[in-house]
Amino acid sequence: MATFNRDQLVEFYTRMIRIRMVEEKLMEVFSNGEIPGFIHVCIGQEATPVAVCSHLDATDYMANTHRGHGHALAKGIRATDFMAELFGRKNGPCRGRSGSMHLADPDLGILGANGIVGGGIPIACGAALSAKYFKNNRVAVCFFGEGATGEGTFHESLNLAAVLNLPVVFICENNQWAEFTPQTVHMGIRDVAERAAAYGIPGVAIPNDFFRIHEEAGKSIATARTGGGPSLIEVQSLRWHGHFVGDAQKYRNPENIETAMSADCIADFLQRLYADNHITHEEAEGIRKQVQEEILSAVEYARNSPLPDPSELLEELWV
Amino acid sequence: MKEIRYIGGIKEAIREEMERDSRVVLIGEDVGKPGGSFGASRGLIEQFGPDRVIDTPISEAGFMGMAAGAAACGMRPVVEIMFMDFMTVCMDGVVNQIAKMRYMFGSRFSMPIVIRTPCGGGLNAGPQHSQCLEAWFAHVPGLKVVMPSTPYDVKGIMKSAIRDDNPVIVVENKALHALKGSIPEEEYVIPLGRADIKRTGSDVTVVATSRMVHESLKAAEILSAENIQVEIIDPVTISPWDKDRVFQSIAKTHRLVVAHEAVKQCGIGAEISAVVAEELMDELDAPIVRVGAPFVPVPFSLEQAYLPNAKDVVAGVRKVLEKTF
Repeated sequence: MATFNRDQLVEFYTRMIRIRMVEEKLMEVFSNGEIPGFIHVCIGQEATPVAVCSHLDATDYMANTHRGHGHALAKGIRATDFMAELFGRKNGPCRGRSGSMHLADPDLGILGANGIVGGGIPIACGAALSAKYFKNNRVAVCFFGEGATGEGTFHESLNLAAVLNLPVVFICENNQWAEFTPQTVHMGIRDVAERAAAYGIPGVAIPNDFFRIHEEAGKSIATARTGGGPSLIEVQSLRWHGHFVGDAQKYRNPENIETAMSADCIADFLQRLYADNHITHEEAEGIRKQVQEEILSAVEYARNSPLPDPSELLEELWV
Repeated sequence: MKEIRYIGGIKEAIREEMERDSRVVLIGEDVGKPGGSFGASRGLIEQFGPDRVIDTPISEAGFMGMAAGAAACGMRPVVEIMFMDFMTVCMDGVVNQIAKMRYMFGSRFSMPIVIRTPCGGGLNAGPQHSQCLEAWFAHVPGLKVVMPSTPYDVKGIMKSAIRDDNPVIVVENKALHALKGSIPEEEYVIPLGRADIKRTGSDVTVVATSRMVHESLKAAEILSAENIQVEIIDPVTISPWDKDRVFQSIAKTHRLVVAHEAVKQCGIGAEISAVVAEELMDELDAPIVRVGAPFVPVPFSLEQAYLPNAKDVVAGVRKVLEKTF
């Protein structure tokens, strides 16, 4: 922590609180019926995308998941672009064709959230292959949940990345729930990180603590960037909400939800900042207000943006 | 002109395109030193090195997804799936990722991938190494699907496929790999989406794909002795297929037989027949006849009974000539 200056710490906090407040706003507008489809929020898991992406440039690559709002925001997508796409508007970065579950932005190396569990993991390997091939010094990171580690693509990708020595970092966000199934039901091991050993790459399991994640991601990304190959980082967190917004979570013990919601990576981070006098309560509140305004104006922008015209339906299937 | 085998046409196309464009790489199982299970990449690793001829673990889902990411980031992968049956193992990569990435991301990505894969029976390889699954892929928006039938066609269209910025599946037929044919010494390409008239005739149009082009040519010889003149149209590309050229032929012959090796049910013949019935019914003098394999897996020991051949095409042509509306 000593290595960060105040501005950096404030910036990390701003990014994390932005993700949280975007998710809270989305829960509201989704429940109002303003956004069609599904929304999967990442509340309680904001530290990972911010800590990981703070090591990345816009030209670095990222593949992520259906629970991907935090990743896209951390990778630098503008709130207005983000909202326009989630609202299905024509001026979203994917012209309203992707929505929440497939949000992409090639200008920022965002190769797409993926509606298929495990679908993005080999795609990240491909991005890493291109970085290695073109020698452009880029890296690829891939976010996925522990549920995805039951998919063949996870295992095949780790093996491919290992044998081809690809500059890719696999980031497992273990929130202990694979859709409606707890980890104890679908995994015979406690730490996903153990799986790395099977492929001869480093794997580490760490708690949902911004500083630990930042440190481990920094090491892994630097290793990948300098030709040292892939690695796996597992961040063990807890899922605050249901699989999707509107999920009544009848499969889940209320105590489990309470426990999850009492562990807050942002509150923990802020406590550290208060304790070390990096920020005052008033300053933190000021940031919240500023972020809130930014989000409200992004939502207004999206609401006022045009929907795609039905005449665009058949456009550009092929080049 | 020079004589070349079908498999050699594939290799020449890949080699020339790799020489022309450094972004083109080959990805697949055994494509390196072993040269691919049918020899399509023999010698390429020696010429281009392991960075461009990438041997992978046996992991179709993994390397197909990897090809998707590589293409989205500026490479032009040519992926070999050793037998078309193994496409089942990487359907997510092909159908959910590669086929959709351009459209669903608002045309922000280009997806220049070629997947080449041998289909078909004839090697007694059994039900998991002999299928013709092209209709599955022709059913998916975003994929282009080609089924070249000659050494000339395969080389020319393979080159176009590699240069195309869209995903293209090149469906070969194992029984054609050893087929010899003439190709020009100089470079040439065959555009995607254009059908080829393999034989002209005035009595019946036979739209035939891949190996069935050759069976239809044999059938046409047999029928010609009876003064029945068959026109054979090879779509070459089955998605998007060349409706105009097929329609022009039917406008001349007024009778249509569609022949493919895949099972008849829900095959590409069903699509071609349905489009003709919907849009060109007035030109037809008789109900359309389809020739295809029966609706069973390809049996190891009964392969010859299973595979459609020239006799089936002859029977199909006779049938379409029997009836008149």
